[in-house]
Amino acid sequence: MPPTSTLSPTGLLFENIDKRFGGLFALRRVSLEIAPGECVVLAGRNGSGKTTLLRVAARIVRPTAGKLSFPGASSESAGNGRPGYVAHTTMVYDELSAEENLILFAKLQGVSQPAARAEELLREVGLYERRTSLVRTFSRGMRQRIAIARALVHRPSVLLFDEPATGLDPLGISWLAKALGEVNRSGCTVVMSLHGESEISALATRAVQLDAGSIVADTKSGASLHSILTFGGS
Amino acid sequence: MAKRIILGAVAVLLVIASAYASFYIAPEERTMGVIQRIFYFHVGSAWAGMDAFLVCFIANLLYVWRRQEKYDWLGVSSAEVGLVLTTVVLITGPIWAHPVWGIWWTWDARLTSTFVLWLLYVSYLLLRTLVEEQDRRALLSSLFGIFAFLDVPLVFGAIRWWRTQHPSPVIMGGQGSGLDPTMKKVFFFTVLAMNVFAGFLIVERYILEKLKHEVDILQREAEA
Amino acid sequence: MSLLSNTATLLGKELRTEFRSRELLTTTVVFILVVLILFSFAISPTAEESREFGPGLLWLAILFAASLMLQPCFLREQSNDTLSSLRLAVDDPFAIFLAKLVANTLFLLLTEILMLPLFSVFYNIPILPQLRYLLLVLLLGSLGISIAGTALSAISAQARMRELLLPLLLLPLLTPILVVSATVSVSLLEREPVVLWKGIGFLAIFDLVFLTALWLFGEYLLEE
Repeated sequence: MPPTSTLSPTGLLFENIDKRFGGLFALRRVSLEIAPGECVVLAGRNGSGKTTLLRVAARIVRPTAGKLSFPGASSESAGNGRPGYVAHTTMVYDELSAEENLILFAKLQGVSQPAARAEELLREVGLYERRTSLVRTFSRGMRQRIAIARALVHRPSVLLFDEPATGLDPLGISWLAKALGEVNRSGCTVVMSLHGESEISALATRAVQLDAGSIVADTKSGASLHSILTFGGS
Repeated sequence: MAKRIILGAVAVLLVIASAYASFYIAPEERTMGVIQRIFYFHVGSAWAGMDAFLVCFIANLLYVWRRQEKYDWLGVSSAEVGLVLTTVVLITGPIWAHPVWGIWWTWDARLTSTFVLWLLYVSYLLLRTLVEEQDRRALLSSLFGIFAFLDVPLVFGAIRWWRTQHPSPVIMGGQGSGLDPTMKKVFFFTVLAMNVFAGFLIVERYILEKLKHEVDILQREAEA
Repeated sequence: MSLLSNTATLLGKELRTEFRSRELLTTTVVFILVVLILFSFAISPTAEESREFGPGLLWLAILFAASLMLQPCFLREQSNDTLSSLRLAVDDPFAIFLAKLVANTLFLLLTEILMLPLFSVFYNIPILPQLRYLLLVLLLGSLGISIAGTALSAISAQARMRELLLPLLLLPLLTPILVVSATVSVSLLEREPVVLWKGIGFLAIFDLVFLTALWLFGEYLLEE
């Protein structure tokens, strides 16, 4: 993955974020400051609020209370400081080809030369040979890769990744760790939710643990990476 | 609490008074006879029902803007009361029509439009039962409620125009069309009574909804 | 990117997806056909009556077909959560609605134009003389159906029993379209046709009201 050089380093600032679903609070007064360029792991059991926090950061979910901002985001960079977001589903169209999907998302976000950008990304994620195949025909690993390509199409300065390793074989995990490492090294802030330790968690510069919607541990305030990663998921 | 009892008492008294006025004070209508007296309640309920739906519309707008639960409670309360009153209109219509014209229903413009109105708010309440999560339910039903209310003048307008193309017997002999002065007074008094009654029902239903919500919270805390 | 450019891009996507599978179009065409045939079994109009009934039945068939055709509109964005990626990618969420409602209008129009010759034959009603006015009514009516339908399908996609819910929400709301379009169409297809401009204007107003409402409230329909 070549460096995404026109990035303006962007951080994330969550201020007292609440999110209520029905009667339950998925997030409860979450305040978190992520500096530009960090690679942050969110750990915690299922239902601890990791996915919700990422979706709030992606601005897909509107918080019940609180404020989210992206310090450092410049409106000149393509995508207007819009984060890239990868979730459990591909978030692309099964009935369109890989190429068509990337061109679609490139055009929507005002990426210049959408076709060229799509080709560039497809080569990087190793899907160039299947560029005209419908996404419906893709394997799990390929779906992961097209999802990443989609998230990166507008050269975001923040990448949000919900459980990247799910469903990947060891080869897939290695590839992903390498790719994420490159993305982070080129200046993109990465926030990802994980279960347990792996090649991917080794990339982390910081880890934060969530439990029942609140932050309970942070390597920034002295907790150990290992304890955060192993408590979550057990 | 005292205020609620006073409101309730006033509402009930007004309704009884207007019933009395409809039957004993208003003069008998020349052609239709006794059955015409139902007109006061029929139209009174129609206007009060529309006012309730207007309250619902405003509550819906406020919810979308402010996202405070109380507006959702007000919305469902006024929608239900409006629906009850609209049902009264739909029932008293045929009760009036049958002795006079020998038919139960004529697809008269106002009655037909009222029927569509009824369907719209039944859908509103039905939608609420099909969304479990409370914030989502409040938002989606508020948005539908807004669309439904915007549709109301279009429904009435369209059906009235349609009827000018295909005329049929008019059940409600036009409110303003030559009502005797005493009749007019009874009419407006009944409208007032029905509106106050509607207001009382909305308040009570709102309080019920609020209590339901508090019970839910307590229940959840007890389980946690 | 600008609203217009995003809408154009998304419209391209909607059209490309549909023309690749043509599922929506074929099922809608067949459905309208079946409904029209069944109507003629149920009613068996004579030549004169069919001029009066035919257009109304056509519009009824269109409405039923539309309420089915509009269901996948937002449901198909749920399987891979593409709605989220679209919301992320566009500056103005109205682009999503605009693209879908234009696409839906085009699909509806296409099926209607395909059905017109068959309608003309089954009901023995010549359509060529007034074709351009008929197309105008079809356009404005289909636009109204699509605007309201696209908005409501965003709502029903988030509720239970969504297959039943969308028709339930949509059909009462679209009463003005049915009533006015049918009346204008009947008048156009009479032996001495009359163009009811008031009706046509009314359809345009309906379209404008709901387009504005969708523009104002669309983003809340997609909110999570």
